[in-house]
Amino acid sequence: MVSAVLLLLLIAAVVIGPFIWRVSISDIDVVAGMQGPSVAHPFGTDDLGQDLLARMIYGGRISLAVGLAAMLVSVFVGTLIGALAGMSRGPLGYALMWLTDLFLSLPQLPLLLMLIYLFRDGLKAMFGPEGGIFILIVLVIGGLRWMPVARLVRAQFLSLREKEFVEAARALGASPVRQVVRHILPNALGPVIIAGTIDVAAAIIAESTLSFLGLGFPPDTPTWGRILYDAKDFLDIGPHWALFPGGAIFIAVVAINFIGDGLRDALDARKVI
Amino acid sequence: MSQYILRRLMIAIPSLLGISVVLFVVLALAPGDPFSELATNPNVPPEVQAALRTKFGLDDPIYLRYLHWLAAMAQGDWGFSFVSRINVDTLILQRLPTTLYVIGSAQLLALLIAIPVGVYAATRPYSLFDQLANTFAFIGFSLPTFFTGILFILVFSVKLDWLPFVYTDVPGSGIPWLLEMIRQAIMPVMVLGLFQAASMTRFVRSAMLDVIRLDYVTAARAKGLGQAKVIVKHVMRNAMIPVVTLIALQMPAVFGGAIVTEQIFRIPGIGSLLISSILANDTPVVMAVTFVFACLVVLFNLIADVLYGWLDPRISFR
Amino acid sequence: MALLDIKGLKTHFTTDDGIVQAVDGVDISINRGETLCVVGESGCGKTVTAMSILKLIAMPPGKIVAGEIIFEGRDLAPLTSHQLDEIRAKEIGFIFQEPMTSLNPVLTIGEQIAESLRRHEAVTRKQALERTIEMLQLVQIPNAAGRVHHYPHQFSGGMRQRVMIAMALACRPKLVIADEPTTALDVTIQAQILDLLQDMKERLGMAVMLITHAMGVVAETAQRVVVMYAGKVVEEAPVDELFGNPSHPYTQGLIRSIPRIDLDAEHKTRLEAIGGSVPILINPPPGCRFASRCKHAMSICTKQEPQLREIAPGHRMACHLGDAS
Repeated sequence: MVSAVLLLLLIAAVVIGPFIWRVSISDIDVVAGMQGPSVAHPFGTDDLGQDLLARMIYGGRISLAVGLAAMLVSVFVGTLIGALAGMSRGPLGYALMWLTDLFLSLPQLPLLLMLIYLFRDGLKAMFGPEGGIFILIVLVIGGLRWMPVARLVRAQFLSLREKEFVEAARALGASPVRQVVRHILPNALGPVIIAGTIDVAAAIIAESTLSFLGLGFPPDTPTWGRILYDAKDFLDIGPHWALFPGGAIFIAVVAINFIGDGLRDALDARKVI
Repeated sequence: MSQYILRRLMIAIPSLLGISVVLFVVLALAPGDPFSELATNPNVPPEVQAALRTKFGLDDPIYLRYLHWLAAMAQGDWGFSFVSRINVDTLILQRLPTTLYVIGSAQLLALLIAIPVGVYAATRPYSLFDQLANTFAFIGFSLPTFFTGILFILVFSVKLDWLPFVYTDVPGSGIPWLLEMIRQAIMPVMVLGLFQAASMTRFVRSAMLDVIRLDYVTAARAKGLGQAKVIVKHVMRNAMIPVVTLIALQMPAVFGGAIVTEQIFRIPGIGSLLISSILANDTPVVMAVTFVFACLVVLFNLIADVLYGWLDPRISFR
Repeated sequence: MALLDIKGLKTHFTTDDGIVQAVDGVDISINRGETLCVVGESGCGKTVTAMSILKLIAMPPGKIVAGEIIFEGRDLAPLTSHQLDEIRAKEIGFIFQEPMTSLNPVLTIGEQIAESLRRHEAVTRKQALERTIEMLQLVQIPNAAGRVHHYPHQFSGGMRQRVMIAMALACRPKLVIADEPTTALDVTIQAQILDLLQDMKERLGMAVMLITHAMGVVAETAQRVVVMYAGKVVEEAPVDELFGNPSHPYTQGLIRSIPRIDLDAEHKTRLEAIGGSVPILINPPPGCRFASRCKHAMSICTKQEPQLREIAPGHRMACHLGDAS
């Protein structure tokens, strides 16, 4: 409960924040640089005197948007592959599960870094520096996190396929697609929602990690990870600069994980995860 | 048993091949072929360019190029880093021990924390200790390593000035050198180890709770063995079986954490090598390091499988 | 003096829905060398009663809230689990219902038998192994010396139950509690295991508390019988007296539900089942707990709880029927 409220507050802050805190994210004021929290700058300023609260509100939007979008990608891909694997009894099912296991044993972060390294220039040229990176990060994070969802959906399919009400639907002549959409998917929804919730947190961490390594969004796009990256060389003189974005990531992730855990208890889906 | 290990080895080979295919396909799909980019780089002399072109067979069909690449990788010919101007395999071999040292110590630390805490918490479910352990574990795995790393530096280096925050190649030898090596490894190992310990504690606790209510545990208690012996001999031994699998599944995440940790503390391992090569557009190194990480994951899965077979006598007979 | 004398035992479980009064005032006594059968449907509290003796129930949620468990003159009820370790296996052995899940899959059966010997008796590793092999021979496991190093999954269900018996009897306890030892087994194996148990009892001279829901098993093995219903003892009698003169309507129902193959077709009556099922033991209704399923229920039955009373020597029952007469 507490975590849900916390997360809602965080979302509200980044959504309506810019309308209340009308300070530009990129106003440079070198004289006011590296200041700790004050009335003029509640979260302090960075080395160029840019207001950290405004930058964090802006960055939070991106971080949360990346998390949600990547979750949608992974849930979509995972549901699709899991459903296909769960429905086909033949070699296709085995091949898809082998692929799932293979992806599970891929070293995610190195691969993520390599993909970004290889594709960023191309996409930047197509969608502009921010859009390109956004699409790339969402696709890559989502594309590397679908496996748990696929496994869950497949497991649900295998167990639900034999249940009476699905058999009844089959006996009544429901088409396979109809069976899946009307009867099986709604039942598989619970565990998928839980996995999706945890995916949002994982995607936020992944995005922050990339930005923190200097390989995410461009420097003028202050995501939380990016602010942290910029701050890490000034820990001795401006610890507030690192603490606020780091704390924000932490709070978002803890809140989301707690919600996932709570949902798991509520839906009693422990057995399938 | 040896037959079982052999069988697991046979399974590891296709997954390595699969990973290599994935890597190669990614590379081939990438816009502006990185190989030709390398071959047309103005820093590379023309005769080397020509050699590279023929070596990579840039005009061959894709499956032939994959086979060439695979053959080269298998022979240890991993290309040439033009940033460091040495062979990629030499470069990686220089860096790998550091990475393994840090990851290994961190895993050890994680086990030393997670097993006692998880076991003790599971024997007293919902007690104060259990709730505290759970909360800390939850916070622990929600804290990204880059943030814990920064917090540690803030506290132990900046504020307290106890530990160095940059990992360096300390010159010298003997006891002082050894102590210095240990001292500078404390923070990275703690960051990585605590992160691991958090999720491991949860695994251990839930596996213990699953086993503790099974019939054979009651049967063991009916023998009058005493709580400690029942827990260690009957519950833990069985609970470790799923935990081994879960830890193996965590390995990709561990390597991810290692990359970040190496970057924060500037540890000269293969993780920071990967980042610097990406920033320097050093494609052969990027490829090779990614592949090494993949191999390490497969290797650790293999070790987990062997452990699994050793822990569970039912496996070896299947 | 009885070997084991349980008086007014109450074991309750705390659950989210309320307190389950699984065992609610049970008196059972067993003499030395005697076979006592405890019968009743699933969920009537037989297993909880048995597990309470050695505190093998999960605590919490379970708790012994009242009663005495006097074993050889010593009350076990107030002892801690740690203190009971001296009694477990050494004085009172326990055979579990599920041979498939009651053996630890990662330890050899020899190790599992030997560990209770090594716990309770001053034996070396080698002596323990010899005694273990002896026990395995005693329970008629072929090639005991070789099988001792095998793992549970290499044994069939019947063989595993023999191992369980060897495990429970290894330290020659004075009392063996067998909790539905044959329920999980094939019919043909069931008879073998019961014979083995009977045989072991005679050889080692111990008392047996056999828990079962099968009246057929009772007729074959018991000397005395205790019938339990919904956490209470409803009737207690020597076995011949019980089958010859069943007095409680529940006992009568149990006996009528045994298939008879000795009658010819003409005399066969319909096999009778007792309608309904054991009530949920959270806030049970006042009066007799069987009243809702009893054909003879009277108005008093739902108001006043019947007490156990002696109707013949050694024959006690708790029912309002015949109160008036």
